[in-house]
Amino acid sequence: MSPTITTSSEANGNVSAATARAAAKAASAAEQTGPQTITLAKALNTAMADAMHADESVLVFGEDVGMLGGVFRITDGLTKTFGQSRCFDTPLAESGIVGMAVGMAMNGMRPVIEMQFDAFAYPAFEQIVSHVAKMHNRTKGAVKLPMVIRVPYAGGIGGVEHHCDSSEAYYAHTAGLKVFTPATVADGYRMLREAIDSDDPVMFMEPKKLYWSKDQVDLDALRAEHAANTERGTSSEGRAAVARPGTDATLIAYGPSVPTALAAAAAAAEEGRSLEVIDVRSIVPFDDETVCASVRKTGRAVVIAEAHGFASVASEIVARVQERCFHHLAAPIRRVTGFDVPYPAPKLEHYYLPGVDRILDAVDDLQWED
Amino acid sequence: MTISADQTAQQPAQHAAQQDAASEAVRKFGITVEDYMLPARHQIQMVGPDGTLNPHTEQGTQPGHEYTLPSDAELLAAYEQLVVGRRVNDQNSALVRQGRMAVYPSSHGQEACQVAAALCLADGDWMFPTYRDSVAVMARGVDPVQTMTLFRGDWHGGYDPSKHKVGIQCTPLTTQLLHGVGVAHAAKLRGEDTVVLAMCGDGATSEGDFHEALNFAAVFHLPVVFFVQNNQYAISVPLAHQSVAPSLAHKAVGYGMAGERVDGNDVVALLAVLGRAVKLAREGSGPLLVEAHTYRMQAHTNADDATRYRQDSEVAEWVAKDPLSRMTTYLTDRGLLDDDRAARIADKAEAVATQLREGLSEEVPVEPQDLFKYVFSTPTPQLKEQSAMLADELARDAASTATASTAKGSGK
Repeated sequence: MSPTITTSSEANGNVSAATARAAAKAASAAEQTGPQTITLAKALNTAMADAMHADESVLVFGEDVGMLGGVFRITDGLTKTFGQSRCFDTPLAESGIVGMAVGMAMNGMRPVIEMQFDAFAYPAFEQIVSHVAKMHNRTKGAVKLPMVIRVPYAGGIGGVEHHCDSSEAYYAHTAGLKVFTPATVADGYRMLREAIDSDDPVMFMEPKKLYWSKDQVDLDALRAEHAANTERGTSSEGRAAVARPGTDATLIAYGPSVPTALAAAAAAAEEGRSLEVIDVRSIVPFDDETVCASVRKTGRAVVIAEAHGFASVASEIVARVQERCFHHLAAPIRRVTGFDVPYPAPKLEHYYLPGVDRILDAVDDLQWED
Repeated sequence: MTISADQTAQQPAQHAAQQDAASEAVRKFGITVEDYMLPARHQIQMVGPDGTLNPHTEQGTQPGHEYTLPSDAELLAAYEQLVVGRRVNDQNSALVRQGRMAVYPSSHGQEACQVAAALCLADGDWMFPTYRDSVAVMARGVDPVQTMTLFRGDWHGGYDPSKHKVGIQCTPLTTQLLHGVGVAHAAKLRGEDTVVLAMCGDGATSEGDFHEALNFAAVFHLPVVFFVQNNQYAISVPLAHQSVAPSLAHKAVGYGMAGERVDGNDVVALLAVLGRAVKLAREGSGPLLVEAHTYRMQAHTNADDATRYRQDSEVAEWVAKDPLSRMTTYLTDRGLLDDDRAARIADKAEAVATQLREGLSEEVPVEPQDLFKYVFSTPTPQLKEQSAMLADELARDAASTATASTAKGSGK
C-alpha cells in the first residue's frame, strides 16, 4: 500500500556491495533475506533488536515491555533474546522511567524507553522538559543524553480516553528535543536506528494506527544502508521525503496523516489534479529545504495533521513556508487538522480526524480560478 | 563493558534470599525485618550541642542500628571542611548583598550535613545535589567559582558533572533523585561498585519523584543512599504541613528499605550513619534512607523574609545547636585541635573566600553564540539561521557604535 519513499540517504547513492554484504552478515537477527512483507511493528522491533546486538549499552525498558513484549508488542522477544538486564519492566511510573533513563544515559547507557500511550507520558513531562531537553545545554555539552523516548501516539484506533492524543507539539515546542515520526515500514526501521544512534535525546512518535500497516521491505538492504551511513557519517536524519511526486499542489503531512494524504492525492489524480505529498518525517529538526522546494514548485500547499490546529506543528509549518515561499504562492496555505476539542470518543473520532474529503475540499479552495 | 544476562533487574522475591544487612541483623539480633528497616527509636547523636561525647548507651543506637565513632583523621578532615563551608556560606551571602551574585541559597547551619555528604563517598561514587548543596559540591572537589557560576547568572551550570561525579545542582525538587537511581542502575549492570548519594530536603519529600525514586531504587535493589536534610522549612512552610509521618525516615519501610534519622548538626553522627549507609549499599544491601534533623539558619534566599513565618526564639534555639561550635569544643577537649591547627584551617577557609571574592568580582564576558552552541550536539539548520541572525544584529550594532564614535571624534 505504501509507495516507495525517496529519502536523501537512498538518493545519496548506492551502498557498496561489500558493505551491504558485511552489514547483512553482521545482522544476526536476520532470519530471512530479501524483500518481505512486514508490519511497522516488526520494523520497529527489528530496529531495536539490531541496535541491541550492535551495542551493549542499548537498553530497553518501560511498562509491560518485558515478558509481554509491550501492549503493542513492539518489544516482543527482546527480553528472551537479550535477557532481563537489557529489556525489562519497571514499576508503573512514567516520571521514574524517564528520570532513571536520564541517569543511565549520564552513565554510559543508551536507553530506549517506552511510554505506553501518548497521554500516559504526561507524568514524565517535567523530566522531559526540565532535564532531558536541557542537560546538554546546561552542561555546555559535557553531558550528552543519548536516549530515545518512544511514544505510541495519535488516534484512529477507536481508543478510549487518554489513548489517542497527538502530543507532538508539546515536545516540538521544547528546545533540545529531536522529534521524529515515521510513516512507513521502512522508515520505522531506518528512523528508529537513527534515533538510537543520536547523541541527543529523541522523542520517537509512533503512529499507533500504522503499527499493523504492512509493506514489502528488504531488511538486509536497510541494515546495509544503516551500516553505510554510519561509516560515511551520513543519514536521513532531519530530512523530509517526497512520498509522491506531483505538480499542482503540495500536501505536507507527517506520521499517521501521511497515508491519508497519499489517499487524497490518489483520489485527486483521478480528477486530473497532480498533488505532491511530502512526508515530514522529522519535526525537529525540520527540513525547510525539501518542504519549501516542493511548495515553490507547485505554488500551493495544504498541511495535514491529526493534532488540534491551534498553536500546532501544522501552524508552525504554515508559518515557515509562508515566510520562505510567499512570492511563489498562488493561494494562502491551508491546514486540515483535528478540531480544537479534546480527542473524541471512538464513535465520534471519524468526524474529528482529517480525511480524504476534507483534504480535497481544502485543495479545491486553493484559488484555482486565478 | 560487559552486561551479563544474570545481572538482571531482580525481582523483590529474590531479595529475601540475599545475605544482606537486613537478614544478617535478623539472624544476629533476633529482630524482625521491620525493626531493622524502621529507624531507631531516637535519632542518632554522638556529640551533643555542648560538644561532649554522649555515652554509648545514649547515642540512640539499638540492635541492628549500631554505629562506630569515626577516626580522628576523619573528624579533623570533616572539621576543616566545616570551617571552610561556614566561610563559603557567609562569603556568598555577602557577595549577594553586594550585588555580585544574583542569588545564593545558603546552607548556614547545615554545614555538618554538607560536609558528611561529600566525605562519605569514595572517588568513583556519585553525588546528586540540590541548589542548597553548594558546600557539599565544593567539599567533593568542584572548583568554588565554577560551583557559583549557576548563581552568578553566567550560565545554568558551571562544572562538568561527569568529571567530578557530581550531578548538576538541581532546582526542580527530587527530579535528580531519579538521575541518581539511573546512574546506580547503569553501574550495577556493568558490575561496578559505585554508590550514589542522592540529596533532597524535607519539603521535597512531598514530590512524586521522591516516591518514584525510592521505589525504583528498592525494586531494582540499587546502591543509592537517599539523604534528606530536614531543615524544618520549605521556604515558609513548616514540616508539619508536608507530612504527618512519625519521621521522614519512617517512609523507608514503605519501600522495603532501611531508614535512619540522625542529628544533622552532629557531624560525628552524620559521618557514622552515612558512612555505614554507603558501606551497606556498596556491599549489595540495596538503597537506604537517612534523614538528618537540622535547621536553615538563614532565609530561603536573599529574596525571602523569614521573619514572616518563624520566631526569633526558634532560631535562637538552633544557634545553641550549631554544628561548627560543638565540633570546635569537642575536638579541643579531645586535644585534637590546638591554636596552630585552628589558625591553619582558618587560613584555608579564608583562601577559599578570597578565591570566591576574586573569581566572582571578575567580569567574565558572556558569549552570545553560546546560546545556540549546546542545544544539540550539532546545531539544527534552524538554530544556525538564528545564530547568524544574532551575529548579524551584533555586527550591525558594533558597526553603528564605531560610526558614532568616529563621527563624535571627527566633530571635535
